[in-house]
Amino acid sequence: MNPAPPDDRAEVRAALAHHPFFAELSPDEREQLAGCAVRREFPAGHRLTKEGEPAHCFYALLRGKVAIQLAVPVRGQVTLQTLADGEVLGWSWLAPPAQWTFDARTLQPTVALEFDGPAVLKLCEAEPRLGYRLMVRLVRVMTQRLHATRVQLLDIYGAPRA
Amino acid sequence: MTQPLPPLATPLPAPAGPPLDPWAPTPYRVVRVRRDTADTFTLWLRPQAGGPAMAFAPGQFNMLYAFGVGESAISISGDAQRRDVLQHTIRDVGSVTGQLGRLRRGDPLLVRGPFGRPWPLAELAGRDVIVVAGGIGLAPLRPVLLHLMHHRRQYGRVGVVYGARTPADLLFIADLKRLAQRFATQVEVTVDHAGDDWSGDVGLVTALLGRLAVAPERTAALVCGPEIMMHYVRLELGKRGIADSQIYLTMERSMKCAFGHCGHCQLGPKFVCKDGPVFTFAELGGLFGRKEL
Repeated sequence: MNPAPPDDRAEVRAALAHHPFFAELSPDEREQLAGCAVRREFPAGHRLTKEGEPAHCFYALLRGKVAIQLAVPVRGQVTLQTLADGEVLGWSWLAPPAQWTFDARTLQPTVALEFDGPAVLKLCEAEPRLGYRLMVRLVRVMTQRLHATRVQLLDIYGAPRA
Repeated sequence: MTQPLPPLATPLPAPAGPPLDPWAPTPYRVVRVRRDTADTFTLWLRPQAGGPAMAFAPGQFNMLYAFGVGESAISISGDAQRRDVLQHTIRDVGSVTGQLGRLRRGDPLLVRGPFGRPWPLAELAGRDVIVVAGGIGLAPLRPVLLHLMHHRRQYGRVGVVYGARTPADLLFIADLKRLAQRFATQVEVTVDHAGDDWSGDVGLVTALLGRLAVAPERTAALVCGPEIMMHYVRLELGKRGIADSQIYLTMERSMKCAFGHCGHCQLGPKFVCKDGPVFTFAELGGLFGRKEL
């Protein structure tokens, strides 16, 4: 990923300052992360990630809606969850084999900050305090998603069971 | 919530009182049947003897008797300001509801009611209201939605969050659209699972609560759905500063006689049919979520 031009950097900084995922980071930490991100706009129906392909980035959604999907034989694409502005998409870049484990498709025109995963990892290794704070936030997101998945597995709206 | 408010409607209706003889059923006849989803249907009923249908308040329920099978407690899902017809939306989950689902236009059934403590809509006038429903839980809240349409100017901000299993299981979509488009209401809908043809939200209702602007000191929430859903909604609303005393829920537990005599629905010191089915979380305290009491 090439460094963002100066105007784009200002937009990235402003977006980072207002995105809930980065809210508890210091201005210095956000500035460091801003160097790893670019602002991207995607039309509705755009495929952001594809299952099995290399995962080199993650997204902080600023506007729009994204469906997390899996291709299920016979059923086709099944949407497991949707994400909207203020949320973060993707952690497959964090650990080997760094491959997407789901498809992600925009349901609406979507604006996001796209972070260069390897660059963020390099930054985290160089700045362990920032790395720790970032990982805590990612674990919080993972925990919320795991909880949501568990509740969905309960099929709470299904027919009551004895 | 930027739509202009509709004109001031008529004053809030007084809640209906209990029936004179709670054991005495009234013969009704089915005048219309609608299949809402694969397992849910709506019956429109009129008294066999003619005249108006019973008066009720949003949140109350009736005991519907299917001949030869038995009786079941069913929330009223129609408009409390209409007396020409009584409306019940029913999920086929057992022998009585299964038989009710086989009724056709012109078929008779017996109705006892209305019973129970309704939603406190008069007390909530002037305040912000959040309605949270899951699955068939929208049925007892639909009279609230219709009430809000009739009396929208008497309330502050209104938000509705509704979750269902799949897009095919969503109920009262036309009402939700009307609320959003014509009655200055923020409506958020989500499902647990969807195919590629659904462009709405997929996920838990709790995830959508964050989209509502909440002023906790002036907000009350009305909640109905599976108990596990209501548990998580309560936690989420609590995080947003809404006290248990301002979160109303309706319980649906084994109601048989409907007026506190038989004890089937007893929940600690309370009878769900008589003291509820609408309670605040504060009133239920540790009783909520207990399996047997």
